[in-house]
Amino acid sequence: MIKTLLSRVREFKKPSILTPICMVGEVFMEVLIPLLMASLIDNGIEGNNGQGDLNHIYLMAGLIMIACILSLLAGFGGGKFGAIASTGFARNLRKDMFHKVQEYSFENIDKFSTASLVTRLTSDITRVQDAYQMILRIAVRSPITLIFSLIMAFSINAQISLVFLAAIPILAIGLFLIMTHAHPVFERVFKRYDKLNSVVQENVSGMRVVKAFVREEHETEKFKGVSKSIYDDFCKAEKLLAFNGPLMQLCMYGGMIAISWLGAQLIVVDNALTTGELMGIMTYAMQILMSLMMLSMIFVMLTMARASMERICEVLGEESTLQNPENPVTEVKDGSIRFRKVDFAYKKGGSLALTDVDLDIKSGETIGIIGGTGSSKSTLVQLIPRLYDVTDGVVEVGGRNVKEYDIEALRNEVAMVLQKNVLFSGTIKDNLRWGNAEASDEELERVCKLACAHDFITSFPDGYDTYIEQGGTNVSGGQKQRLCIARALLKKPKILILDDSTSAVDTATDAMIRKAFREEIPDTTKLIIAQRISSVQDADRIIVIEGGKIDGMGTHEELLASNEIYKEVYYSQQKGGDDNG
Amino acid sequence: MAEKVKEQTPPVQMKGGGMRGGPRVIGKVGKPDKATVKRLLGYIFKDYKFHFVLVIVCILCSSLAGVAGSLFLQTLIDDYISPLIGTESPDFTPLLKVLCVMGAIYLTGMFSTFFYNRIMVTISQGVQKKIRDEMFENMQRLPIKYFDQRTHGDIMSHYTNDIDTLRQMLSQSIPQAFSSVITIVSVFIAMVTTSVYLTIFVIITIALMMLVTGKIAGRSGKYFVGQQKSIAEVNGYIEEMINGQKVVKVFCHEDATKADFDRLNDELCHNAREANISANILGPVNNNMGHMQYGLVAVLGGILAVNGVGGLTLGGIAAFLQLSKSFTMPVNQISQQINYIVMALAGAKRIFALIDEKHEDDNGYVTLVNAERNLNGEITETEKHTGMWAWKHPHEDGTTTYTELQGRVVLDMVDFGYTEEKMVLHDISIFAEPGQKIAFVGSTGAGKTTITNLINRFYDIADGKIRYDGININKIKKADLRRSLGIVLQETCLFTGTVMENIRYGNLSATDEEVYAAAKLANADDFIRRLPQGYDTMLTENGAQLSQGQRQLIAIARAAVADPPVMILDEATSSIDTRTEAIVQKGMDSLMKGRTVFVIAHRLSTVQNSDVIMVLEKGRIIERGNHEKLIAEKGKYYQLYTGMFELD
Repeated sequence: MIKTLLSRVREFKKPSILTPICMVGEVFMEVLIPLLMASLIDNGIEGNNGQGDLNHIYLMAGLIMIACILSLLAGFGGGKFGAIASTGFARNLRKDMFHKVQEYSFENIDKFSTASLVTRLTSDITRVQDAYQMILRIAVRSPITLIFSLIMAFSINAQISLVFLAAIPILAIGLFLIMTHAHPVFERVFKRYDKLNSVVQENVSGMRVVKAFVREEHETEKFKGVSKSIYDDFCKAEKLLAFNGPLMQLCMYGGMIAISWLGAQLIVVDNALTTGELMGIMTYAMQILMSLMMLSMIFVMLTMARASMERICEVLGEESTLQNPENPVTEVKDGSIRFRKVDFAYKKGGSLALTDVDLDIKSGETIGIIGGTGSSKSTLVQLIPRLYDVTDGVVEVGGRNVKEYDIEALRNEVAMVLQKNVLFSGTIKDNLRWGNAEASDEELERVCKLACAHDFITSFPDGYDTYIEQGGTNVSGGQKQRLCIARALLKKPKILILDDSTSAVDTATDAMIRKAFREEIPDTTKLIIAQRISSVQDADRIIVIEGGKIDGMGTHEELLASNEIYKEVYYSQQKGGDDNG
Repeated sequence: MAEKVKEQTPPVQMKGGGMRGGPRVIGKVGKPDKATVKRLLGYIFKDYKFHFVLVIVCILCSSLAGVAGSLFLQTLIDDYISPLIGTESPDFTPLLKVLCVMGAIYLTGMFSTFFYNRIMVTISQGVQKKIRDEMFENMQRLPIKYFDQRTHGDIMSHYTNDIDTLRQMLSQSIPQAFSSVITIVSVFIAMVTTSVYLTIFVIITIALMMLVTGKIAGRSGKYFVGQQKSIAEVNGYIEEMINGQKVVKVFCHEDATKADFDRLNDELCHNAREANISANILGPVNNNMGHMQYGLVAVLGGILAVNGVGGLTLGGIAAFLQLSKSFTMPVNQISQQINYIVMALAGAKRIFALIDEKHEDDNGYVTLVNAERNLNGEITETEKHTGMWAWKHPHEDGTTTYTELQGRVVLDMVDFGYTEEKMVLHDISIFAEPGQKIAFVGSTGAGKTTITNLINRFYDIADGKIRYDGININKIKKADLRRSLGIVLQETCLFTGTVMENIRYGNLSATDEEVYAAAKLANADDFIRRLPQGYDTMLTENGAQLSQGQRQLIAIARAAVADPPVMILDEATSSIDTRTEAIVQKGMDSLMKGRTVFVIAHRLSTVQNSDVIMVLEKGRIIERGNHEKLIAEKGKYYQLYTGMFELD
């Protein structure tokens, strides 16, 4: 895991290495400065037999200044390089993750929920960024401060420094106990937080349902329940953490008193220590305890970041289930489609969504597909642009197995209007040009007329420059579908698949679109999935699909004569679905 | 010491797992205004007055113990150790005594720290909980309009980012600031008593430090705001693209998407880097300025002492040096909290704005009660559930009348617009008798859904009247009005929870059997039983594991279990195949026998058997009548209907 993450540091290796070096420099100066200060007091102010030695004071003060400037420079460098390295690292991670997601197949995308991918790309990365900066700056700094300070303290007087050896284990054990108790509670709190957010999120998006059912109070109770549990857990965890401060003070103050007492003995009785040295040891004692505290904080941060690192690695480690073949075919000859004994399951070993499908569609044919809710109509057509790979059997486009094509080339020739379609924030023009970035304005107008979208677009004050909000919320469902069709047409595909793409379009417009298709793009193979018989009954052939199997195929008349399901659907729509109509 | 660590991690506001992101309105991190501060403190004082006083006392003790500690260290050597040097039989009793006293003071300090930390947890978590709950409670009462005008991510960020910054401030910045102020004041007094000249010098250098800090903090503040903006943009972009990932793939648009993302990502990186640099260098800059000051004080003190100015002794200088160190530290700490405080106040301001948002107003006084007929055939109110409901209508003269709930809905010359400038409905008049099925037909945007939104008062009409069983709906309490209307919306929203819980949402007191019956009615029972855990299957993310059609079936069951006298079906069966729809419709028809149903549908087959079909165009009813009448009229409906066969 660590290796996967560290390999993303890339161009930020230099600042990543410079940061700890600078930090070492800063620490060195920080250890040196108390020494100089001790000398300033001992030999300067109290020097010259207590008369004060101005020259020594000047010298030491000058040295302190120099040390300060050096320390400042080092600290400055550490801060700067640390920031560059960590934000750069985060940038690379974010970039790699986003790019990786772009490589994902539909199967990969299905595995992660949208919300989870968004969280991984945002908050998880931020946590890792913070942790990385922490490691570069503090994780190097603290142990070095600890070691330097210990060395200095022992070099001044080994005997008295033994106090540390007593204080360190107490602090370490105490911190360990606090952490081990608080950590599980914190982990629980974060999960509860997710729950709280999901309650809010569901309420915001489902406010109409909440209000329609008058469930405001019910929801508020639900929210308060989660809110209370967060309160309880947070109180528990943070009250445990409240032991941190006093524990630290216990060690520090206890150490001070012990050092004062022992120091006094050494100075007075044994003459083994000077007062200046005692002050020096006190300063180091502070530094040692501080760095221990820091280390414990890093420990906490790292455990918190660990979960985030795992989640990031999951995204980076996910291999796309669709790979481009070696020596791919880049040209699709025509719009013919063949299915040979195709079986398909969304999960390996899972139940089959399609069983034993055989199909032969000639280039330029118009095929209607009819079937009940959950009968795998969409599944069938998604195999054609190789959005998923078949489990068994072969799908051929233009006479070749779809696996032989360059994926991009294949998808450029097989345009698909998805059932759950999306417009992106930007002008109508921007959205349409997804189909073809170089399309001229005339070209845009032509396809919009084909999709019966031109009229309503020009009725907007800004026409083709109308800004579409995220998710296309400012156009109606039917308008959205027509824009999506126009966008697909702009690709000038050899195969056009409409997956229930005119469900929100009224029947007359629907008929006009189909008429335009027939007249304007006769050579394009058209597959139309629909609920309405009227949308498919003029197709060359209609496929009736039921439970993942082809139940019947033929023209409207043939099916009406021979296929029970088709007949039933047809009559249900003719007669309004009810006998009392 | 948590603050110390925190200072290394700039307050990047992207916490919270379930957040959906989206473009967020990042309020201007301007000057914290007094009203916000006052109100925030109000939360603390109101419920935690006693706690808060205790905290202040504890902080006082803790800080004074700290100051006493550093003062003691200076006297330790001069007063207790140096005098003993060279004596024949040194008497350690005074030292032992003072160490014991110090031990006691330290212990007090320790306990104070412990207590204030713990009490502060209660206060800060309690205030957060209270604000959180208040925010949610208020949000529930806001009109639909509020949610129309904002992105989900925007509203969500109040619960995630804004509360987060508040936590930081309440639990750390405030106690830190208090203890720093106390330390500064006490050390300042000690300094002045030691040497006025040196104090002035220290003040000057500290002013200088503050100036530099202010410069750096200002710079970092600017970039922090930039960073927040970039984060919001990146979040929004990621959300949009990942939501539309399948479309991106179908159009082979990956490279363009990557390029756009890289641009935003680089921008974020730039802002984050600059913000971090400023925050990072603040520490070393202040530290080393402190060191330099120390050196300068030593030199200046030395000169003063050697020349005998100001009556300064050498011991005095040593003590002063120590004091000046104790002085600069809290000053640094305060300066480092400034960023957090400013951000938290900006967050608090946004939170308060949400809390203060005007509630959906409800002047209704007519309520819905259980009713029964007494022997005289009069309607009376009753406690128990009788299956009969009545509108309880109190009059100004003190009398109360009861009207049986029947489901007669009348719209009389209604005009409506989402904004005042643009009306979307004109002169809409509808007469729906109990037991009738009223259908709305028309192209998208004609105003079909809008009409139903007016009946349940999601929006209020601009002109005209809507009457429900003869009562103006403005007089009916909104909750009761909505309780009497079952509704299945165009966009299906399911909640996290089991299938059972989701259906029961329509009627919280429904028994399991009633839920099963509703599911059977909606033709959902079959597929639900085939789910891995049947009715106990957990639905997450708006029922992502179900198909669109299955979600609609559950939504219909949810409305059916409520058993309302009036039902609104807004494209409720649009994703269900026509055969299933026919079965569902049969069930609904038997359920709604004698009750009023409003149906909106694209498929004419869905509405064909309605009693009245309204054809809407551009917010006006252009045709009305039953199927046969409309066909005979050969108008718009006829065109739509024959559109199905036009190509024969």
